[in-house]
Amino acid sequence: MTVETKLALTEQDIRSFSEGKQEPSWMTEIRLKALGELEALPMPTPDKTKITNWNFTEFPVHTVDSSKFTTLAELPEEVKAVVNADEQKNIYIQHNNTPAFLSLSEELKAKGVILTDIYTAVRDHSELVQQYFMTDGVKVTEHKLTALHAALLNGGVFVYVPKNVVIEEPIQVIYLHDDKTASLFNHTLLVADDNSSVTYVENYLSTVEHAEGQANIVAEVIAKDNSKVTFGTVDVLANGFTTYVNRRGVTSRDAVIEWALGMMNDSDTISENTTHLVGDNSEGHVKMVVVGRGNQKQNFTTKVIHWGKHTEGQILKHGVMKDEASSIFNGIGKIEYGATKSNAEQTSRVLMLSEKARGDANPILLIDEDDVTAGHAASVGRVDPLQLYYLMSRGISQHEAERLVIHGFLAPVVNELPIEGVKKQLTEVIERKVR
Amino acid sequence: MSTLVIKDLHVAIDGKEILKGVNLTINTNEIHAVMGPNGTGKSTLASAIMGHPKYEVTSGSIELDGEDVLAMEVDERAQAGLFLAMQYPSEITGVTNADFLRSAINSRREEGNEISLMKFIRELDSKMEFLEMDLDMAQRYLNEGFSGGEKKRNEILQLMMLQPKFAILDEIDSGLDIDALKVVSKGINEMRGEGFGSLVITHYQRLLNYITPDHVHVMMQGRVVKSGGPELAQRLEAEGYEWIKEELGIEDETVGQEA
Repeated sequence: MTVETKLALTEQDIRSFSEGKQEPSWMTEIRLKALGELEALPMPTPDKTKITNWNFTEFPVHTVDSSKFTTLAELPEEVKAVVNADEQKNIYIQHNNTPAFLSLSEELKAKGVILTDIYTAVRDHSELVQQYFMTDGVKVTEHKLTALHAALLNGGVFVYVPKNVVIEEPIQVIYLHDDKTASLFNHTLLVADDNSSVTYVENYLSTVEHAEGQANIVAEVIAKDNSKVTFGTVDVLANGFTTYVNRRGVTSRDAVIEWALGMMNDSDTISENTTHLVGDNSEGHVKMVVVGRGNQKQNFTTKVIHWGKHTEGQILKHGVMKDEASSIFNGIGKIEYGATKSNAEQTSRVLMLSEKARGDANPILLIDEDDVTAGHAASVGRVDPLQLYYLMSRGISQHEAERLVIHGFLAPVVNELPIEGVKKQLTEVIERKVR
Repeated sequence: MSTLVIKDLHVAIDGKEILKGVNLTINTNEIHAVMGPNGTGKSTLASAIMGHPKYEVTSGSIELDGEDVLAMEVDERAQAGLFLAMQYPSEITGVTNADFLRSAINSRREEGNEISLMKFIRELDSKMEFLEMDLDMAQRYLNEGFSGGEKKRNEILQLMMLQPKFAILDEIDSGLDIDALKVVSKGINEMRGEGFGSLVITHYQRLLNYITPDHVHVMMQGRVVKSGGPELAQRLEAEGYEWIKEELGIEDETVGQEA
């Protein structure tokens, strides 16, 4: 069986959309090439999840127009809760498909830091963006969904940190979704140049109950020599989206990428997070938490691929499944030939809160080099009745005891999130979802 | 004064009867020691009083000041004033010792009347110092990676913070070196008084050198077979259990389960 990928959009539609955004010709060409190859490309094949019947291509409209915000005070309450307006100097907010608010401190501007919406970026920083956009990270023609993403891209952000610039305070990006007809083909491109350091947090926030569109999201993180990138997310996309989210990192020599991913979508979701440790002595660390509820189906494939020598990769994933939710957790540590002295470690743990919930943890180590170390641990289980007994024996109610155990189970990842407001939001989302 | 009355208690695990009619009455201001060789049902008694999910009470009763303890959920038993210092405390990742203790204290209080953070920290610090515990342990995850001795101290810390009417101490002395044993005993002795009673389950007389019991009971074959004063513990220390078995005509003192 094949997936229907007939798009309502024609080549002419894409061309005029691109021209309307005054995109340079290289960008228009990427879009058109992607559109042209779309039909022939295969779907991705996330291990253990059959997606042949999933609808990734139908949506009501390509873009919607939404309001801009002139000050942070105008933000909806749900967004205010995750933004510390007094302290957050470096922030970009996208309202559905509309670049809605941007603030970058004078200090960072003076140092050459770029934070801007993706349309402005391809216009004003064309060469820089072209160098990194879907080249070293995610390829346009990787499969049908990456091509679809490139052809229909309708939002996103570009972050560039120049050589030797260390940014202390986190950069925050909020993708606010409050129009149920909106689709999100967002692209985050973050480039950290040599010896730089940055903490970035992006937040997908649906404030409508139900979505009718598509979420096809790509984030590329390019960490150059000796740079350090901490990339945090909290995704809270509404039920009704079919979410494909691909977050990928590439490290040069001595670079470090740390991922802290809070995957709290209510939509069916295919998530791919891959880190290519290309440079010698580079590191990739992934921490991910997931809460599934309702009859959600999700697949989380996390890969760290070791190309360089002395590279260090660690994956830590904790998931909680309730109701009839089901999730597949694929963890892949791959050590290529020549990546001597590398270390690939991973742990996946799934806690199931109901009889009908399903969780699968599949640790995979693929090793083509002898002189390496690797390890994995995986478990799928229920809340331990003896833990509940212990907590209750101190007077704590069963409900509160379960809450403590679940929060405790997710804490190792939640605690890694770099922005207090976002950490608090994640805790609250978890609270709401597991109640 | 409060009273805990256990009458003709029969308890089974996986369908096998372990306790075969235990009778005990404990008042506040009393310390009772339950002694006996391995496999005679001592720990089963402790678990059954607290409501361990695996232990099934098949007949008999437990009452606290006339209230039916067996009809209560585990948390209700704790709120009614019972406490069990466990032989094998659970480890709970991600939940700090301090957060856990605060939740436990607040579970006894009305909503809106929670203990203030300052007061809580003051009490916690002073009790940790009393028990010669490293103050960092408040911020460590509950029992995770604690040594055997640290876990036992942590049980006594909870006891002191929660101030129950009755504490059951299930082999609190096992695996403790002499210094830790002294500290743990110091904690229990500090609790002694008008509003507090305790059931100290132990395998060794050694603990009773530090905590002088008012009453001593010996368990064999799932029953209390002999009771007496502190002198009984001393005789057991000197002579072992054989004389009791002879006196009562018991050949195998266990209830047939693996120790």
